[in-house]
Amino acid sequence: MVKTEYAKAVIAATHTEDRSVLLEASNVTMQFGGLTAVDDVSLSIRNGEIVGLIGPNGAGKTTFFNCLTGLYKPTAGQVRFRGELLPPQPRNVVKAGIARTFQNIRLFHNMTALENVMVGMYCRTKTNAIDAIFRLPRHRREERECTEKARRWLSFVGLEGAENHLSRNLPYGDQRRLEIARALATEPGLLLLDEPTAGMNPNETREAEDLIFKIRDLGLAVLVIEHDMRFIFSLCDRVACLVRGAVLVEGPPSHVQADERVIEAYIGAPQDDEDGE
Amino acid sequence: MTIVSPELQSRYGKPARIVAIVGAAIMVFAPMVPWVYTGKILDDMRRAFDPSGLQILFELVALVLLGVLVTSMFGVKLGKYKNVVAWNSTALAASLGGLGYIAAIVLAVAVVGSQKGLGGLAAAEPGLWIALAGSVIASAGSVFLRKSPRATLAKVPSPAWVQILALVAVVAMVLFMAAFAVNLTEVESFLVCCVFIVAAVFVFRATGVMGWLSIATANNRKVLMLAAFAAAFIFPATQDGSDANMTVVAQVLIFAGTALGLNIVVGLAGLLDMGYIAFLGAGAFTAAVLSRSAYATFSIDLPFPVVVLISGTVAALFGLLIGSPTLRVSGDYLAIVTLAFGEIFRITMVNLDGTDGPNITHGSNGIPAIPNLDFFGFDFGKSHEIFGITITRQANYYLLLLVVIAIVIAVFANLNHSRIGRGWVAIREDEMAAEAMGVNTFTLKLLAFAGGAFLAGMVGAVKAYKDTSVTPDQFVFLESCFLLSAVVLGGMGTVMGVLIGATILKLLPEKLRFFDDYRMLIFGALLVVMMRFRPEGIVADERRQMEFHDEDEELADEVEEELVTHHDLLNPEGGK
Repeated sequence: MVKTEYAKAVIAATHTEDRSVLLEASNVTMQFGGLTAVDDVSLSIRNGEIVGLIGPNGAGKTTFFNCLTGLYKPTAGQVRFRGELLPPQPRNVVKAGIARTFQNIRLFHNMTALENVMVGMYCRTKTNAIDAIFRLPRHRREERECTEKARRWLSFVGLEGAENHLSRNLPYGDQRRLEIARALATEPGLLLLDEPTAGMNPNETREAEDLIFKIRDLGLAVLVIEHDMRFIFSLCDRVACLVRGAVLVEGPPSHVQADERVIEAYIGAPQDDEDGE
Repeated sequence: MTIVSPELQSRYGKPARIVAIVGAAIMVFAPMVPWVYTGKILDDMRRAFDPSGLQILFELVALVLLGVLVTSMFGVKLGKYKNVVAWNSTALAASLGGLGYIAAIVLAVAVVGSQKGLGGLAAAEPGLWIALAGSVIASAGSVFLRKSPRATLAKVPSPAWVQILALVAVVAMVLFMAAFAVNLTEVESFLVCCVFIVAAVFVFRATGVMGWLSIATANNRKVLMLAAFAAAFIFPATQDGSDANMTVVAQVLIFAGTALGLNIVVGLAGLLDMGYIAFLGAGAFTAAVLSRSAYATFSIDLPFPVVVLISGTVAALFGLLIGSPTLRVSGDYLAIVTLAFGEIFRITMVNLDGTDGPNITHGSNGIPAIPNLDFFGFDFGKSHEIFGITITRQANYYLLLLVVIAIVIAVFANLNHSRIGRGWVAIREDEMAAEAMGVNTFTLKLLAFAGGAFLAGMVGAVKAYKDTSVTPDQFVFLESCFLLSAVVLGGMGTVMGVLIGATILKLLPEKLRFFDDYRMLIFGALLVVMMRFRPEGIVADERRQMEFHDEDEELADEVEEELVTHHDLLNPEGGK
């Protein structure tokens, strides 16, 4: 277990059963010229909750993600995190406590696994150029702590032996896990996972599921985009289905699973069969 | 390297080794016989059983070759480690190196002999032909030797004192070779010596000694640094009070220091800066303007360390000024914009002449007659005798530059191994992902610009005093190109590589004056060849090497294996 102040805080949050709203997206609309990619989406996520975001390809899931991480500024609507408006610029969003992984893995391929995780800690450390140049105590202390923490995050996601491996050389599943470790190193309150099991075999998918539960047990809220229905319905507390930029259904997995419109959106009604998986 | 097919190698392997040994034996004998009948070509190769300097170098190659070939028949094991040394590959490298060496000498004799009216190759004595024949036979034989498996020498554990001794020996060897090469006055001798150095490096690589040394270096970084600086401080003693040689070497240091600053920008943060010389200029002009020169416009009598700091700061401010608008673009666009800014700097310095603008730099005349430094009565302008060694004016500045370079290297290395260095590399690898992980990319890029500029500005201050005059035409675009070439050629992101790259790019044109007209052509060709065969530069940064060989899985494993071995050797109890 990661015994940092951060971890203690999130664990405390879980134990008090604090289920207050963490993220609140209200009426988020994102337009690119004439194209409305996200249309009036409202979604709230509570502390310690796992929320799934499903929908056919091109439904606007990733665009919505990008609105939550500061990569896009919504055309209309607003996103509040811990009651405050989301700051501009992705790096400030990370600092506020939202971390993400990418659909197509975007690790720093030629850095070692440990270095990758340590980059994630950038926004939580303070060493400046002067400290580093003169090797001042603050630099040494932070560097030591960082390495230690990064190792713990690696072992948290199950990558103990891999710290000195270049991330590009890791097996695919491990790269996904490293990306999660890197995101966790930013000490987020909410973790956004963009298709964490894409390209994984059933075994790896099960491991990913366990890992996400483990992350939830740290007290984090998790928002997952996924196409694997079995995965999403066994994992999530709540699922929202996005179709053509708008929320079609939202509710507990059983509710969404039973909804005919969801099945129609996926399997394809006659007019939009290209959207089907 | 496979020249002959594996089938032929396995069929003729045994007789080929005998042939190669015979060739090597002939090579060993050759330097004992005169090579040239006159002392006017190369160094004195006239005497029997009294080899000249260059002949001794050849003898070294021959002895190594013979030793390797004979040892390879038995195959040496060290404990549980097999294939400690890649004997066959080493033999191939040594024999080809010997062939290249002797070819360079034959060429020199032919060209110089005909120029000096000595009848070209008619000046050659039998010894030269014996050496050539020996090299050809040895090369022909060793081409048929089967390729050896990769040497495991690097994995063999060795006590610390052996590693330290080896590193000190290497540094001493480098010092000796550098002194020998710089002292060679003849162009041809210098070229032949360069061929030898290249051959020696290849032989070291083939044996696996290089791999072992790199691990020894990682284990004893401080020892190596100390030894290297000690050697650099001793260097003036080997030059016998020659001010001319020290001028060249001091220029190399100025160039290297600036290139190291550029290495932060290009090598670490991955920003292509084509106008970097402007920062050296900013530092030099600041120091000149503040100096006690009669032409200085602000002439304030400040202690030199303060001047260096001010010069660095002015350059850094200039870096911020250029950086804040230009760093919003990236890649090719950044290169073009920085190129333009570099030219703007130079033209501005020309225009600050009192007619087109305020008189600060005296326009294209610049600021001449900058007086020499004086540290507590130690006049940099005079020669000093220390322990019977003459330290000339240029040697004084050389020693001062060494101190500055030490600071530059320390800053570079400390920043590289810190949170900031990791941020830079992350930006270089994937800027968007870095931003999405909370890295403040814009500030970090600006810091790279300003930091690099500061270092260049510091070097510029010393340059102003060493050259005694600063003019705008010292800071033309071409110089920026050379700086960039030094970084790329040497190895982006490495200290050692950039030092080597800077030495090659500055020392060669100085020593080989005759090809001054063609140096653009030759360096251009050299860069093209490097980009094709070794894009990561002479010394590869472990991370960088991967970027250029993205598809090369074998190399990826190799580099990783090395990283992991390094780590295991550094932390014997095993990483947690």
